[in-house]
Amino acid sequence: MIFLNQCLQGIFLGAYYALIACSLSFLFGVMRIINLAHGSLAVLAAFLLFVLADRYGLSPWLGLVLVIPVMAALGFLLQILVLERSLKGGLLVPLLSTFGLAIVIDNLLFQGFGADTRSLAPYIGDLSFASWSLSDDITVGQLDVIILAAAVALLGGLQLFLARTRLGRTIRATAEAPEIVGLIGIDARAVYALSTALAMALATVAGAFLALRATFNPYSGGMQLLFAFEAVVIGGFGSLWGTLIGGILLGVAQNLGAFVNPHGFLIAGHGFFLAILIARLYLGPRLARLRLARLRPRRPRPHAARPA
Amino acid sequence: MPLLTVENLTATHGLLHAVRGVDLALAEGETLALVGANGAGKTTLLRTIAGAHRAALGRIRFDGADITLLPAHRRVPLGIALVPEGRRLFAGMTVAENLLVAEGRGRAGRWTMATVLDAFPQLRPKLKSRAGDLSGGQQQAAAIARALMSNPRLLLLDEVSLGLSPAAVEQLYVSLAALPAGGTTIVLVEQDLGRALGVADRVVCLLEGRITYEGRARETTRARVLEAYFGVSSALGAGADR
Repeated sequence: MIFLNQCLQGIFLGAYYALIACSLSFLFGVMRIINLAHGSLAVLAAFLLFVLADRYGLSPWLGLVLVIPVMAALGFLLQILVLERSLKGGLLVPLLSTFGLAIVIDNLLFQGFGADTRSLAPYIGDLSFASWSLSDDITVGQLDVIILAAAVALLGGLQLFLARTRLGRTIRATAEAPEIVGLIGIDARAVYALSTALAMALATVAGAFLALRATFNPYSGGMQLLFAFEAVVIGGFGSLWGTLIGGILLGVAQNLGAFVNPHGFLIAGHGFFLAILIARLYLGPRLARLRLARLRPRRPRPHAARPA
Repeated sequence: MPLLTVENLTATHGLLHAVRGVDLALAEGETLALVGANGAGKTTLLRTIAGAHRAALGRIRFDGADITLLPAHRRVPLGIALVPEGRRLFAGMTVAENLLVAEGRGRAGRWTMATVLDAFPQLRPKLKSRAGDLSGGQQQAAAIARALMSNPRLLLLDEVSLGLSPAAVEQLYVSLAALPAGGTTIVLVEQDLGRALGVADRVVCLLEGRITYEGRARETTRARVLEAYFGVSSALGAGADR
């Protein structure tokens, strides 16, 4: 029963990892950028929510309504001022520029808020510790259930948005052939900026749940990025449902590691990630077929003229 | 007033001058065949008119307005659409999605999903198929249909028949032949000279980026075009009139 409970708690933890990985996966799917500032941007959003709650007494849920547009606007600027220019320099430059941005954000947060750890848990009342008992050995945190529901809703909603809406189709078309969309009247630059804004909105939600379920400090971004990256790699880059599954597998692996040995939490997660990474390297195409859904479709083949 | 005027247009790929001082005027409703050997500058000329390639020198006017500096996505609402070489569909999206993504970005007009499917009925059973899974002929039909969804006044078609079976080409040209009747002006890059002369009102031949022949299609002989095509004055194809 304890084993079952560990697995269940791992699923809830993994749902949080999926949330934090969602934005990373989306941005990579659209622009082929691995945003190394992703964790720091989520932590920045957490600090903004903290300020609203601590100084102005605004509930974190209401705070989200204010912070999401601010972070989306920041994402728009990030694309125009940093990513767009970086992309012109090849694949390595966006990595370096977002890495640099992460360092700047972390240190600005340290300068402004100091090294103290903070949490939004005190601002949501009983919800931070309230739980349901399913049996004597299994309890389920109410906040954990909300996080799981949010992860499924966000990733599923994003998948539906991309598949069913006009803007979603525009983003997918731009992700597939940015050099062609101009010929049908789409401004690829605007789509990229809008996508980065959307990615920042997603990162804000992730930052909010980070602050609600745990503590954070100005340097928490690196670890969040690492977990997000591992979830995305396990689930398959650019695959949204894969990201959800990747996050859950990572959470379960960590919890089972802790079940075997109290110090095994992190090492089990990293070990599982490495095992998947190595398997991907050697079995790449066969494993790729296991992906459940893709944001970025299979490689286009239209250039090769096929006989009728 | 011509619908499209190209004045002294030069376009480069690095140090290479792909198009050199081209002058061209196109009346509304006209079909122009652009012919020439590989590397003659046909594709670059088409891409420059569409805004996908930057003009190094010269001017492009569309319906009287100077569009030389406009990016491609801002030329579409004016009524310019390019069907690029190699089709370049969004291969991971369905045929219906390829058409829908282009809908409503150009002008209002007669081309809608329904009328486009009437013009290219071969696409109707394939609407839910991934564009990358279609045959070459179906892909070309989908690419032209996608361009029509913006209701272009000027349709630029690059290498329509390249890599297609004769039956697929025949089917495509049946659909294309009906377009000028709806007022669409067409510039057609075509390797099949007989086919180009058959559908065009006027023929322009490019050689090394320059126009070497321009004339009415019905007055143009195959031999005359071939002479301009290869840049040699000879009895090449003598007696091989259309």
